[in-house]
Amino acid sequence: MALVLTGLWIGQNVELLPVAASLNAPIYDQLFKVLFSIGSILFIGIFGLLVFSLIRFRRRDGETGDGAAVEGNLQLEIFWTAIPAIVVLFVGIYSYDIYDRMGGMVPLSDPHSMHGAAMAPQASDGSAGAVIQASVLGTPLEPSKRIWGGIGSGQISAGPALPVEVTALQFAFLFHYPQGDITSGELHVQKGQPVELRMEARDVIHAFWVPEFRLKQDIIPGQPTLLTFTPIKAGSYPIICAELCGPYHGGMRSTVVVHEPDEFATWFEKNNTATVAIAPSTSSTG
Amino acid sequence: MTIALPPQTSSSPPGLQPEGWLRYLSFSLDHKVIGLQYMVAGFFFYLVGGALAGMIRVELVSPISDFMSRETYNEVLTLHGTVMIFLWIVPVVNGAFGNYLIPFYVGARDMAFPRLNAVAFWLIPPAGFLLIASYFIAGAAQSGWTAYPPLSLTTPAAGQVVWILSVLLLGGSSIFGGINFIATILKMRRPGLKMMQLPMYCWAMLGTSILVVLSTPVLAGTLVLLSFDIIAHTGFFNPALGGNAVVYQHLFWFYSHPAVYIMVLPAFGLVSEILPVHSRKPLFGYTTMVYSILGIVFLGLIVWAHHMFTSATPPWMRLFFTIATAFIAVPTGIKFFNWLATLWGGKIALNSAMLFSCAFIVHFVFGGITGVALAQVPFDIHVHDTYFVVGHFHYVVYGGTVFVIFGSIYHWFPKFTGRMLNEDLGRFHFLITFIGFNLCFAPQHWLGLNGMPRRVAEYDPNFTLMNQISSVGALLMAVSTLPFLINVFWSAFSGRVAGDNPWNALTPEWLTSSPPPVENWKGEAPLVQHPYGYGVAPGQIDLGAATGREIWSSGQ
Repeated sequence: MALVLTGLWIGQNVELLPVAASLNAPIYDQLFKVLFSIGSILFIGIFGLLVFSLIRFRRRDGETGDGAAVEGNLQLEIFWTAIPAIVVLFVGIYSYDIYDRMGGMVPLSDPHSMHGAAMAPQASDGSAGAVIQASVLGTPLEPSKRIWGGIGSGQISAGPALPVEVTALQFAFLFHYPQGDITSGELHVQKGQPVELRMEARDVIHAFWVPEFRLKQDIIPGQPTLLTFTPIKAGSYPIICAELCGPYHGGMRSTVVVHEPDEFATWFEKNNTATVAIAPSTSSTG
Repeated sequence: MTIALPPQTSSSPPGLQPEGWLRYLSFSLDHKVIGLQYMVAGFFFYLVGGALAGMIRVELVSPISDFMSRETYNEVLTLHGTVMIFLWIVPVVNGAFGNYLIPFYVGARDMAFPRLNAVAFWLIPPAGFLLIASYFIAGAAQSGWTAYPPLSLTTPAAGQVVWILSVLLLGGSSIFGGINFIATILKMRRPGLKMMQLPMYCWAMLGTSILVVLSTPVLAGTLVLLSFDIIAHTGFFNPALGGNAVVYQHLFWFYSHPAVYIMVLPAFGLVSEILPVHSRKPLFGYTTMVYSILGIVFLGLIVWAHHMFTSATPPWMRLFFTIATAFIAVPTGIKFFNWLATLWGGKIALNSAMLFSCAFIVHFVFGGITGVALAQVPFDIHVHDTYFVVGHFHYVVYGGTVFVIFGSIYHWFPKFTGRMLNEDLGRFHFLITFIGFNLCFAPQHWLGLNGMPRRVAEYDPNFTLMNQISSVGALLMAVSTLPFLINVFWSAFSGRVAGDNPWNALTPEWLTSSPPPVENWKGEAPLVQHPYGYGVAPGQIDLGAATGREIWSSGQ
C-alpha cells in the first residue's frame, strides 16, 4: 500500500516535462502521469524485492547448504501472468482513449474517402478530427495526392484553422502563409486558433517536433503530410528536427512564436504588405 | 549408438589442427575454440565501439559542435551503433556463449556443422575491419545504423556501400550460426535427453536462432536493394524516382526489432543459468520460462512498426502495434518474476556474477517500463527519436545484455581457463560499471522528455549540465574496463586454480575438467536430466528454508 501511494505521489508530483503549450499537451501529460505512476510502483516494488532478497537470503560465512528445492508454483505464476496482462491491457485502452482525444484516430490517408466521411457527428462531439476534415474540405489539396497525417487537436475551435505550408529541407524549415504571402523562417501562430501545417520535405526525411506541444511528425519526401494543433499558451518555443538529416541536423532548429490574437494580426499585417498580388504563383510548396 | 558418435574429433588425425594458443588464430573446428574466438574478437570491437562512444560523449560536453566536424560526428555515431550491435553484442551473446555452451548442454562433442561454424566466425574479423577501415579510406557511412533513405542515398556513397557490405557479411555469419544452433539443439541431443530437460539457455538460443533465420534475410535483401539504389540509381526507396522511403523502414525494422530479442533472449538464457547456481535453488517455473521465450519470439516478429509511429503509418496500424508491443511485457514479466522467485529463499552468493546478473534485472525492468510507455503511440510521438529513446535502449542492451555478458564471463571464466577471476577486482569492476552506467544513461531520459533529439552534435545550452553528468558517467564506464582487463589477464596466468566445478553446479559443462578436453568429456557424455536440481530434499528442510517455502505457498 505504501508502495502504491509512493508511486502515485511520484507520478503526480515529479515534474519531468516542459511547459504544456498546446491543446493536446495537457491530455498527453495525463497519460504521462498515469504511466509514470504505474512505472514507479512496479520499479520500486521489484527493486525493493530484489534488494531485500539479496540481503535477507545472502549466504552467510560458513554456510554451505542449498536453498529450498522449490521448482515452481502454478498459482503464483498465473498471478504474475495475469497482473501484467491486466495492467498492460488497461494502459493500452487508456492510451487509445488519449490518442483518440488527441485526434490520432482520424483516418487521413485518403482525401477521397474523407469526403464521404460523416462530418457532422464528428463536429458535434467536438472531436479533434472535425477541424482537420473541415479544413481539408475547405481548401482541397490536389486530389491525386495521398495526404498523410499525424495527430491533431481542435477542441476549442476559435474560428477556422490557419493554414501554413511548411517546407523542410537541409537544414531549415520554411513557413509560407497562403492566406497572405508571407514566407518566414519562424512559425508565427495565434493563441487559441487551430493551425494546420501542410508539410513537405525537399530532400531527405525530417521531423517536425515542438516539445512544448508534445507533437512530432516525420516529413517524408514524396508524402505531403498534414498536422494540426491548437496553441494555448503565448510564448516562443523551439521547433526541432528530430530525424537525422545530415551533418547540420543538430542545427536544424527554428522557433514557433505563439502570439496573443491582436499581436498576431499586427505581425501578419506588417509582413504581408509587399507581395499580396503574386501570392499563388510564388508558393514554393505543393 | 556407437555408430552415431560424432566423427569430427576421431576422424581428423592429430596434428592437422594447431595446438596451444595458435589454435585461437586458426580455422579451428572446435566449438570451444570458436566460442572464445568470438568472445575475444567481440571484446576487441567492444573497445573500439566504446572509444567511439567516448568521442560522442566528449563532443556533447559542450552545446556547440567543437570537438570534431559534423560529418565525422555522424560517421562516429553510425560506426558506434553498427559496431556495438553487429560486432559486439550479437556475436558475443550468440556466437561466443552459444558455441561454447550449447554442445555441452545437449551432450554433444561439437556443433552440428563445425566447418560452417568456423566460417561463420571468420566472416566477422574481415567484416569488422572493413567497416572500421572505411573511416580511414573513404569516410564511413554517415546515416546512422538505421541507414534510412533518402539520407543514405545522398551521403557519400563509398562509405555507405562498405557499410552495407560489412553488415551483409555479419548477417551471413549470424544466419550460419542460427542454422547451426537450431540443428544442434534439435538433432544433436544425447539420447535420453528430452527437450524439457535442457538448460534454459538452449531454449533461449533456439528462440533466438529462429528469429535470426526468419528475419536476417529480410535485412539482407533490403540492404541489397539499398545498394542498388546507391550504385545503379534504381528507385526502390528513392522518392525522387518514384520509390517509397517508408517501405525501407518497414523492411529494416522487420529485422531490427527482432534484433533486440536476438540480443536479449540469449542474455535471458545466461541469467537463467547463473542465478540458480549462485542462489543454490532450482530455476523457478521452468515450463513457464520456456513458453514465455516462445511467446517473446512470436510477439517479437509482429511489433516492428512501433519504430515508425511518427512516420506515415495509418491509425489502425499504430493501434495494432501498440497493443502487440505492450503485450511483450507479459512473457517478459513472467521471466523476471520467476528470477526473483528463484532468488527468494536461496543461499545467495554475492559474487561478481550474481551482482552483474541482479543489476541486469534492475536495468532491464527499468528499460522494460520505459519500453511499455514508448509502445503507447501518444507517448511515443513526443519522445520518438529523442534522448529518451537513447536512454531506453541503452538500459535494455547495455544495462541488460552487456551486464549479463560481464556476469557470464565471471561465471564461466573458471571453465574457460581453469582459473578463478579475482573477486575483489570483480566487485570493484561491478561497482564502477553500475554507477557509471546509471550516471550516463538515466539523465538522458530527462533530456529526451525536455527536447533534446538524438544524433545531434549541438544542442540547446539549457541541457549542458545533464549532458556533462552523462559524460562523466561515460568516463566512469570507460575506466571500469581497466580493472576487468587487468583481472582477466592477471587471472588467466596466475589466478587461483579453479578445479573442475568451483561453483558446485549441475549443468553438464561443469562435469568435466577445466578447461575441457577437445572431446568435451573423457568417456561418455553425462546425461543431465535435472540441470537445476539444487536445493535440500523435502525431508531435510531446515527451519529457514521451511519458512521461505511457507511464504511462497501462501502467496505474497
